[in-house]
Amino acid sequence: MTGKNAENTNREYLEYVSSVCPKTNEVKTLFHAFWVGGLICLLGQAVRYIFIYVFGLYGDTLAGATSIVMIFLGSFLTGLGVYDKIGKYAGGGSIVPITGFANSVVSPAMEFKSEGFIYGLAAKMFVIAGPIIVFGVIGSVGVGLIYYIKGLFL
Amino acid sequence: MIKNPYKTVFFENSPSVISTYSIVGEKEANGNLGKHFDQTLSDDRFGETTYEKAECKMLSAAVKGAIKKAGYNEKEMDLFVGGDLLNQIISASFTARDFEIPFLGLYNACSTIVESVIVASMAISGGFAENAVVGTVSHFSTAERQYRYPLELGSVRPPQSQWTVTGAGSFVLSGVDKGYPSVTSATIGKVVDYGVTDVNNMGAAMAPSCASTLVRHLKGTGTRPEDYDLILTGDLGALGSKIFDKLVKDDGFDVSLNHVDCGDIIYDTVESEFQGGSGAGCGAVVFASYVYPLLKEKKINKILFLATGALLSTVSSGQGESIPGITHAVCLENL
Repeated sequence: MTGKNAENTNREYLEYVSSVCPKTNEVKTLFHAFWVGGLICLLGQAVRYIFIYVFGLYGDTLAGATSIVMIFLGSFLTGLGVYDKIGKYAGGGSIVPITGFANSVVSPAMEFKSEGFIYGLAAKMFVIAGPIIVFGVIGSVGVGLIYYIKGLFL
Repeated sequence: MIKNPYKTVFFENSPSVISTYSIVGEKEANGNLGKHFDQTLSDDRFGETTYEKAECKMLSAAVKGAIKKAGYNEKEMDLFVGGDLLNQIISASFTARDFEIPFLGLYNACSTIVESVIVASMAISGGFAENAVVGTVSHFSTAERQYRYPLELGSVRPPQSQWTVTGAGSFVLSGVDKGYPSVTSATIGKVVDYGVTDVNNMGAAMAPSCASTLVRHLKGTGTRPEDYDLILTGDLGALGSKIFDKLVKDDGFDVSLNHVDCGDIIYDTVESEFQGGSGAGCGAVVFASYVYPLLKEKKINKILFLATGALLSTVSSGQGESIPGITHAVCLENL
């Protein structure tokens, strides 16, 4: 922030603004997020059971196959223009599951296709998902280190 | 030139607004003012391959429409003044490519429409142009992608947010045609920043500048709010209007009876638009479609049009800067 900026800040005004600002109804939004997010996870679990009992998959193959189906569904619904409507209703409930991750990759890809396949679609594809991947990788390194150190002593 | 401590601009040879043209998207057409617009789009892309091209085509259509309604042709226009919200104001510049009219491109965010009227009026009043056309445009889909997220991303809009109007409005001003509503005075806004950093709360960011310009205009012209049949603000939205009314009251004026905000009235649902419309096209289409005919038919005779703008960019907000606001005012009256 520049000095001018800080000097202009009118605390009294900002307090007044926050007092008149409409608040998000958290009980309602949390409930929406809970049931839609839960439903997506239930669907994922159903897919998992189908892979176990119908196709006889297990272990890493099972986890991979289930993820692929859920990512496909998220991407497909994004392409059909449905996922953003679910997102508007469910908020975090549809952002957090892997389907939301797919949505965050597919939506900028669709949006920036107008600037070409390389500099548009491909370059902008990870605009939103990029940070998730970066912090996901850093987090996994941290967890890995904890396991490694724990392994040295136990 | 009369020196005025409030820097009010008085137009001695006041130019007339002789025609207006508005073109809007489907959502706006389904709003409160639907039947007043000259043209509505059934397709947000307006037959183009991208939204940016559609936005440009909308402004082009509005400018053409306004010139035609005025009974002029392109060659008789001495100046085209306009702008939009996109980086490097591409919509206005590319619109100007379609015309053989000398072009001044302006950017003051959503207050560009009144800024354009002021510049055109100065040119006409000063004898540098006889006829001028002004126009601004905004498009929900291009604004979303420049300022926020991709359209298909399942993100949630907070309740204090507004919805960018898909619309283009254009007016023709003339120094020769009389008997139309005239631009008699104007106040060029100062940038006012009270430190609002919430990019979803444009109304709160712009309200202080709007109050500042209104008070300067009233003091500079020696008028009171009740001297105007209508005090029309651009895109403060419902929340911003409430804050504006309060700030003006703190300064000793009451606008609660005749203040109307274009953003507040354009949509009739408050489902995902929340506080109402915003954008460079918001004030332009509401004035062009609804307010101007009232003036022309002498149902109202004197209005103050205050277009509000939030001067932020994704870079400035990313770097933690607050949102400076600007408001330009222009007085239109039947002489």
